[in-house]
Amino acid sequence: MELRLNVQSSPHVRDRISTSAIMLDVIIALIPATVWGLIKFGIHAAALVVISVASAVISETLYNFAVKKQNTIYDLSCVVTGLIVGLNMPPEVPFFVPVVGSFFAIVIVKMLFGGLGQNFMNPALAGRCFCLISFAGFMNNYTSRMSVDAYTSATPLILLKNGHEVNLLDMLFGNIPGTIGEISAICLLLGATYLAAKKVIDLRIPITYILTFVVFIMIFGQGKTTNVNYILGEVLGGGLIFGAFFMATDYVTSPITPLGKIIYGILLGVLTGIFRLFGKSGESVSYVILISNLLVPLIESFTVPTAFGKGGK
Amino acid sequence: MYTFKHGVHPEEMKELSKDRQIKIVKAGKVLVFPMQQHIGAKAKPCVKVGDNVLVGQIIGEADGVISANVLSSVSGKVISIENRLVVGGQKVESIIIENDEKYDAIKGFGLERDFNTLSNDEIIKIVKDAGIVGLGGASFPTHVKLSPKDPNAIDYVLVNGAECEPYLTSDYRLMIEETETLIKGLQCILKLFPRAKGVICVEDNKKDAYEKITKACSTISNIETALMKTKYPQGGERQLIFAITGRKINVSTLPADAGCIVDNVDTVISIGNAVCKSTPLLRRIMTLSGDVYNETANLNVRFGISYQEVIDAVGGFSTSPEKIVSGGPMMGLPVFSLDMPVSKNSSALLAFSKDPLSKEKETNCINCGRCVSACPINLLPTRMLKAAKMGNFDEYIKLNGPECITCGSCSFVCPAKKPLTPYFSYMKFAVRGYLNSKKEAKK
Repeated sequence: MELRLNVQSSPHVRDRISTSAIMLDVIIALIPATVWGLIKFGIHAAALVVISVASAVISETLYNFAVKKQNTIYDLSCVVTGLIVGLNMPPEVPFFVPVVGSFFAIVIVKMLFGGLGQNFMNPALAGRCFCLISFAGFMNNYTSRMSVDAYTSATPLILLKNGHEVNLLDMLFGNIPGTIGEISAICLLLGATYLAAKKVIDLRIPITYILTFVVFIMIFGQGKTTNVNYILGEVLGGGLIFGAFFMATDYVTSPITPLGKIIYGILLGVLTGIFRLFGKSGESVSYVILISNLLVPLIESFTVPTAFGKGGK
Repeated sequence: MYTFKHGVHPEEMKELSKDRQIKIVKAGKVLVFPMQQHIGAKAKPCVKVGDNVLVGQIIGEADGVISANVLSSVSGKVISIENRLVVGGQKVESIIIENDEKYDAIKGFGLERDFNTLSNDEIIKIVKDAGIVGLGGASFPTHVKLSPKDPNAIDYVLVNGAECEPYLTSDYRLMIEETETLIKGLQCILKLFPRAKGVICVEDNKKDAYEKITKACSTISNIETALMKTKYPQGGERQLIFAITGRKINVSTLPADAGCIVDNVDTVISIGNAVCKSTPLLRRIMTLSGDVYNETANLNVRFGISYQEVIDAVGGFSTSPEKIVSGGPMMGLPVFSLDMPVSKNSSALLAFSKDPLSKEKETNCINCGRCVSACPINLLPTRMLKAAKMGNFDEYIKLNGPECITCGSCSFVCPAKKPLTPYFSYMKFAVRGYLNSKKEAKK
């Protein structure tokens, strides 16, 4: 029998895990929050999410076609980006807004820097912030034709800032105004639990982020240190849960070193605290994560772990 | 239970061959003995073409401090001394012997001996003459390992029965079938290190072996057993030492610096055979497993037999394999020809009908950190790969790259299918060259 053998360096077996499987897990984890957003905000919101995902996929395809590269949409990362851009839209923005957001996220932030893994900031968040700046009127209007309840368009963070109490149960379950995907803490935490159980995300970042933030507002919250309603309202509102578990944990734009993850979480928590307490806008989480993204290379450079058997015990 | 941090869990696949008793393979007509089957200097041939040799006769003499003897595993005639291919891909000077099938052995072969009557120097000399090297894979000459600067500083002799590579079952079979020789061999080693205690370390997927050994050594005061978590690379020297003693060694320190001597199960059994039964190292136990063999097996193979003959001994392949690996799937070498001799480092011959890895395409690193959480040495494999690809040696050294043990864990878990370990294996040598040239430039 003549043998034709493959010759390759070890290892000769590999885990089945792939980039697309990881991305699929993130999509699965976002399903509860997406479904809840669609139930709450109706058909227009559904169309926004679909348009957002579609424009992300099309943008990437067209870009790859234009630069004559193999199409990379099958790794599903553009679907994740498009989905997150869509979920970050207020429920009634015109359809062109998510198209611009996804295009900016995919082409400008991701592909021009070399594609998946090469971008220095979170594409979806950059897309959202681009829209926030460009279409401030649309992006800050949280009224929905579906909700005619007492809160109308005032988000919980605005209420808190003005010294009101908020209904924590509504925030937990998602009976509040906000962007399509951020309103229900329960749905988001359900997805995050799935990701953590499948070991897709490392909980070091979200946990240090939220803990640091809580400690920060307890210290600097001017007389609200023990106000449980205020503190929990701040944690559950303003997309902090969404940001901490789904955006701050983005692999590409967070530190890879174990110690770096902790430092990154602390940085996020402190910056969010500063922005929320001393800033004008409630929209801090997105900007905080983008700013921290830029500091990741610096954080990594001084947190290279000690190799086994080197240094002290 | 003892273990280390990080590591991976490949599918074990040991059930394919774990219940196969060790069978002896009959030697063919012609046997090949490469002079380099160990780490260190090549052995020097000490026979000439036309000479008659006996079973157990030294045909290649250790040359230098770190080197090992090569012995003939059959009796017969030297028909040629020429360069032959070995698994690593090099051509190595080899002695070719025609088997006369009489198996006449050297004087004193097989005589029973009591190790207590021997002096320490005599034991080390027997080990050296028997051509014993580490049979776990690295093939470091054992007599060198057994002669550390200060024998009194050694307080642990660890017998590595982790067998953490998937598929392999040869050490498991030996632990079950040759429990007594294993303990005898360990007692021989312990005689050299009066202050040490012996620990036989077994992974918990081989509980029956662990229990058998525990029972067999229960009356011996200086020998213990340790059950370790099934995890790769539990059998790596540094991981094993850490798991049992909590001590850490790195690339520039030896186990002896941490008061440890580590030897593989088969090595210890070979010491037992050489010292107590006057039987030098003439064979090794190989696992034949994978999905294309007509029958998987654990075989007792004389050195010098060709891979083809070993495969024929179990009835050959049912279908044509796409990949054959000499050794375990995580660290073994790919085989490109079966016309190669079984040598001291051939721990297994795994054959697979499919090689899915060859179809995998490398994609962009997504920075997921799986390699970081897999690395038993606490390195940043993805960053090291970037430095290696750019030829940035300084950055590679700054990232502690030279500490890499090329265990393959990072490549195993990488979702982007990056060739991490192959680059690191290359960098091991490249960095050495870089540092040498830097030193010379300074002069």
